[in-house]
Amino acid sequence: MSQIEVKDLTYVYSTGAGTPKRALNCINLSIEKGEFIGLIGPTGSGKSTFAKQLNALLKPTSGAVLLDGVDIWQNSQTTPEFAREVRFKVGLVFQYPEYQLFEDTVYNDIAFGPKNMGLCEADVKEKVLAACKFVNLDLNLLQKSPFDLSGGEKRKVAIAGVLSMDPEVLVLDEPTVGLDPCARESLLEQLYQYHKEKDKTIILISHRMEDIAKYSDRIVVLSNGNLVMFDSAGNVFGCDKVLNEAGLKVPQICSIMAKLKAGAIPDLNDKVLTVDDAVTELLKFV
Amino acid sequence: MEKFIDIVDLEFSYEETDGGRKINILDGVNLEIKQGEFLTILGHNGSGKSTLAKHLNAMLTPTAGDVFVRGINTKDSSRLYDIRSTVGLVFQNPDNQIVASIVEDDVAFGPENLGIAPEEIRARVDDALRAVDMYDCRKDAIYNLSGGQKQRVAIAGIIAMRPSCLVLDEPTAMLDPVGREEVMRVIKKLNKECGITIVLITHYMDEATDSDRIVVMSKGKIARIGAPLSIFSDVDFLKKCQLSIPQSVELLQKLKAHGANVPSFALNETECVDVLAQCFSVNAIRR
Repeated sequence: MSQIEVKDLTYVYSTGAGTPKRALNCINLSIEKGEFIGLIGPTGSGKSTFAKQLNALLKPTSGAVLLDGVDIWQNSQTTPEFAREVRFKVGLVFQYPEYQLFEDTVYNDIAFGPKNMGLCEADVKEKVLAACKFVNLDLNLLQKSPFDLSGGEKRKVAIAGVLSMDPEVLVLDEPTVGLDPCARESLLEQLYQYHKEKDKTIILISHRMEDIAKYSDRIVVLSNGNLVMFDSAGNVFGCDKVLNEAGLKVPQICSIMAKLKAGAIPDLNDKVLTVDDAVTELLKFV
Repeated sequence: MEKFIDIVDLEFSYEETDGGRKINILDGVNLEIKQGEFLTILGHNGSGKSTLAKHLNAMLTPTAGDVFVRGINTKDSSRLYDIRSTVGLVFQNPDNQIVASIVEDDVAFGPENLGIAPEEIRARVDDALRAVDMYDCRKDAIYNLSGGQKQRVAIAGIIAMRPSCLVLDEPTAMLDPVGREEVMRVIKKLNKECGITIVLITHYMDEATDSDRIVVMSKGKIARIGAPLSIFSDVDFLKKCQLSIPQSVELLQKLKAHGANVPSFALNETECVDVLAQCFSVNAIRR
C-alpha cells in the first residue's frame, strides 16, 4: 500500500463569474513512504492546488486522495475529526509562511500545532526544541516576538511550526523564495536531513530546477492541471523538449552537458544532475 | 559632467520598538551609478539591498549622508516628482503592483497620473508594451496572464513613465524558469536598445553574470564592487558573503581545480559550452 494515492483527482474552481477553471485534471499517482518528491510546473499549472488537496484544505471535485489507504474525505463526512488528523499527518508549509506567524513569542508560535494535537506541556516542549534543531534556529530567539526577526529567521520559525507536529508527510510550497543562496542551501540541507533521519516523505515545490535535481528521488511535472511526467530525476531532466513545452527548463548543468554531448564530446554521459557528477564525467575525457 | 546617481556616506537606521536599540540597515554606503549601465546588487538576506534600492527614488531618505539623482538631493521633497520620474521601481510580486484589470489600462495608469495628453498616453502605452513584448496581449485581462507576463506588464507600467533608470528588486523570484527568462531578456533589451539604466537586485547568480558591474552588499556595507569576472572568481569571498556562483562557473572552476586547462569564468551557458567544447576538441585539457 502506498502512503499517498491520488486517484482520478479533478478539481474545478467555480469562479462565480465566467467559465469555471479546471485546476487539476484527472491526476493519478502514488507516493511511497520516505520518498523525496519534487513537484514542478509553470506558474498556474496547479502545483499549489495539488498541495492543498494532500492535506484536505481543498476537497476534490471528483476522484480521491488516499492516505495510508484511506480516502481522506470519505471518512470525514462521518467524523469531522478525521480531516484534522489528516492535517497533523500531512504538514503543509505555504508560500511565504512567515506571513502566517501570529503568536506573541517564537516558542508559542512553534508550539501551536503540538498544543492543538492535545500533547502535554513537556511533550510540546520536546517537539518545539526538536523542530528548532532541525531548522537550525537559534534557541535564544524563542522568547522574542516573531515579528522582530529577520525574514530568513521568520521563515525558519514558520517551517518549525509545521515540523513540530512531526508530520509523516511534509509538503513545502516554494520554501526558498527570497532566501539568499546560503540560507536556501542550508534550509534544503536541513529538510533533507529531516527526511533521511526520520524516514519522512517530503514533497517539495520549487522553480529552482537545480535544487529539484539535487534532492528528488522522483519528480512530478504538472502543466495546465495535467500530470505530464512522474519519473526519476534523471529521466525527467533528460526530456528537455517536454519540459520546455511545459514552460520549464532543465538545470543549467544538464543543459551544458547535453550540448557538449551533441557537439564536441559525443561519448559523454550527459545523465548528470549535479555539478560534481558533471566534473567526474568530464574528467574521464582528459 | 553631473553624476547620474550619486550615493554619499549613506546611512539608514531605525530604532527597535521594544528595546530602543538602534539598528543600522545601511552603514556608510558610497556608490556612483552611471547612466546607461547594467548594475547588479547581490547580498545575503538583511544585507540592505532592498533598503538601498528604496533610496534610489526617495521611497526612503537617508538617516545620514545623501543620495543625489541627477544632482537633486532625495531629501528635497519639493523635487520628488522629478526624482520619481527619473527612477522607477519594480518589485518582486507583480500582483502587488498591478492596479487595473486590463493590460493596457494598467500600463496607462502611470502616465495618466502624470497628467499626460491622451494621444501621448496611447503612444507611450503602445511603445512600453512593445518594449516588453506584450503588445499582442494589450486587450487581455490581467488575471489570465502567466507570472512572467504579469511582471512584464508591471515593467511596462513603469517604462510608460519614461524613466531613465529602472530599479528591480528580485523581479524574477516568483517566476517559473521560462517566465524568468522572458523577464531577463526584456530587462537586457531595455538596457541595450533603449539605453535605460538598470539596477537589478537578485538571488539568482546567473542573472548577474553579464551585467557591467556587480555590487556585493554585506551587513549594510558594500563589500566589493567589480566586474562579474572578478567577483565570481573569488569563491571564498562569495561564501563569506553567503552567496554562491552559477553552475556554469562552478563547473569550470572545479574542472580547473582538478588540473584541467579551462578558464575560470564564462559569461553564460553558451560561452561555457563553447570553451569546454574548444578545450575538448583540441584535446587541450592537460594535467
